[in-house]
Amino acid sequence: MNTTEKYLVGVYDDEDEVLHAVTEVKESGVKIEEVYTPFPIHGLDKAIGHPRTRIPIAAFMFGLTGLTCAQFLINYTMVFDWPMIIGGKDFFALPDWIPVSFEGTVLFTAFGMVITFCITNSLWPGKKPKTFDLRSTDDKFIVTINMDKNKLSEAEIETILKKSGAIEVNVKQF
Amino acid sequence: MSHVVSPIRETLVGGGRSYHDVTQDICKQVEGEPTKEWKIAFGVSCLIFAYGAYCLGYTWWQGIGVWGLNKTVGWAWDITNFVWWVGIGHAGTLISAVLLLFRQKWRTSINRAAEAMTIFAVLCAASFILAHMGRPWLAHWALPLPNTFGSLWVNFNSPLVWDVFAISTYLSVSLVFWYLGLVPDLATIRDRAQSKASKFWYGFFSMGWTGSAKTWARYEYVSLILAGISTPLVLSVHTIVSMDFATSVIPGWHTTIFPPYFVAGAIFSGFAMVQTLLLVTRVVFKLEDYITMEHIEMMNIIITVTGSIVGIAYLTEFFIAWYSGVEYESYCFINRAFGPYWWAYWMMMTCNVISPQLFWFKNIRTNILVSFILSVVVNVGMWFERFVIIVSSLHRDYIPSSWAMFSPTMYDIGDYIFSFGLFFTLFFLFAKFLPVINMAEVKSVMKGVSSNYPFKKNAEGGKDKVAH
Repeated sequence: MNTTEKYLVGVYDDEDEVLHAVTEVKESGVKIEEVYTPFPIHGLDKAIGHPRTRIPIAAFMFGLTGLTCAQFLINYTMVFDWPMIIGGKDFFALPDWIPVSFEGTVLFTAFGMVITFCITNSLWPGKKPKTFDLRSTDDKFIVTINMDKNKLSEAEIETILKKSGAIEVNVKQF
Repeated sequence: MSHVVSPIRETLVGGGRSYHDVTQDICKQVEGEPTKEWKIAFGVSCLIFAYGAYCLGYTWWQGIGVWGLNKTVGWAWDITNFVWWVGIGHAGTLISAVLLLFRQKWRTSINRAAEAMTIFAVLCAASFILAHMGRPWLAHWALPLPNTFGSLWVNFNSPLVWDVFAISTYLSVSLVFWYLGLVPDLATIRDRAQSKASKFWYGFFSMGWTGSAKTWARYEYVSLILAGISTPLVLSVHTIVSMDFATSVIPGWHTTIFPPYFVAGAIFSGFAMVQTLLLVTRVVFKLEDYITMEHIEMMNIIITVTGSIVGIAYLTEFFIAWYSGVEYESYCFINRAFGPYWWAYWMMMTCNVISPQLFWFKNIRTNILVSFILSVVVNVGMWFERFVIIVSSLHRDYIPSSWAMFSPTMYDIGDYIFSFGLFFTLFFLFAKFLPVINMAEVKSVMKGVSSNYPFKKNAEGGKDKVAH
């Protein structure tokens, strides 16, 4: 692995411009590493070429797990371990268990999904961010290009970025 | 990307703000020294909190005999306050989840504060649940934990156990939803931070957020799914709270109308509380360009709609009490309106049914002072609603010799004061140390709704149209 990675950083100041720019830059044969924006831009991940996220599938799985766990707990306690006679009614009282099963499903979905989200994006409390430009959380849209993964020269890429509407192009090394 | 916005829409961000202006405006109160007003307000709420904590501590120490409860009226202010706070705690998730699903862009500048309010309100509600147990240190008995009694489990057929699950799930999921929304904004503050302490703390809690396109794409899915599961969750919470009453055999409680009626009431009071807080916040933090007349009007319209649902529920209850032919049920309702607690009933009727109808007039619902007063009135009314439901149903027992009245002691009142102290202390801390408006979301809708967009083409900015 390289000890230093060299990046070209294109700075844009409009969300629509950056969205067009990404397509334009890609068409010129430059490989974009990532785009950093202060807020979500619909279709940007697709334009860069990121695969569609599978987090909804994970969420569904967590939901199923939650439902199963809740049902297991309730059945174990209410039917097998300590059945209670309440007005001679069935021990297996499924309609009464809908609320708790539902809450279990929601709880597992929410926490499972958010924890998965944090892991896949490697977000954890205290993590040091890899910041290309401090303004990318304020009002600038940052396109980063990893020079090691691109064949074109720095000057060529800079021209392409500028042409696509970048207001500045900087070099950043890690 | 094109934003399609109907021309009849009012602007949601006034003053020709640019993205940087948004950052600047919202971060200002986080980064600056606390203002004198904030210090005074925070000091006062700490004093209230301290007095309340004494009362609550005394209640925990002595037991709930210090309350004014008696053999007949076994639930009074404790459960009234609990239901009241839980109801208030519905608006935050409703605004961020339901309005997200309905793609209501105006939610973006109020959802953060509303969600914070939700969490604090649920904590206040929890304080009454703990207190009313009498032995709060045994609260874990409400959870299905293995124990040395056999093991004797909780009864999953009981609405009270459902409630434990509903409220704790609601609290934790709301907390996650709120925190996830905060992360991008904490990163904004981190990247602007000057002092070592704020660099560390905002850096710590922003979890290394960079705002990469991949993260945002996943983030949007996560928000959408969280909204999707929070919507039925928020409806389930007050449904289950209402079932605490509806599954009993007390006249006035044993009605099938309770779940929708309680949920509507919860939204009604929650929006009123959001309105109260935001009308103050927007002035104190000078956020008039973000929380505009449009927002206030929208909130008032929702208050009117839900208030009308609540009104219909009151009338339906009364009608069914007569139409059912159940003697106890009819007596209960006649007694509510004309018995010894008539004043509470008519207080409730006036505040909840009549007052929100004033918002049919445009000049009333766009009047800030009137909106503020009515939002407080609504919550007074909603407190009385719960008081009427609980106390007026209980105080006339089946046997006339058991009839009783309820009068609160200083500890009933003190514990209620505690919840206000807790709520406002937390809210002021939130307002000082965290961004009260979701910057990322506001920026993401600005192109469609800013009063002066595109601001690039109008560099001098200019307050040509301040939306109030």
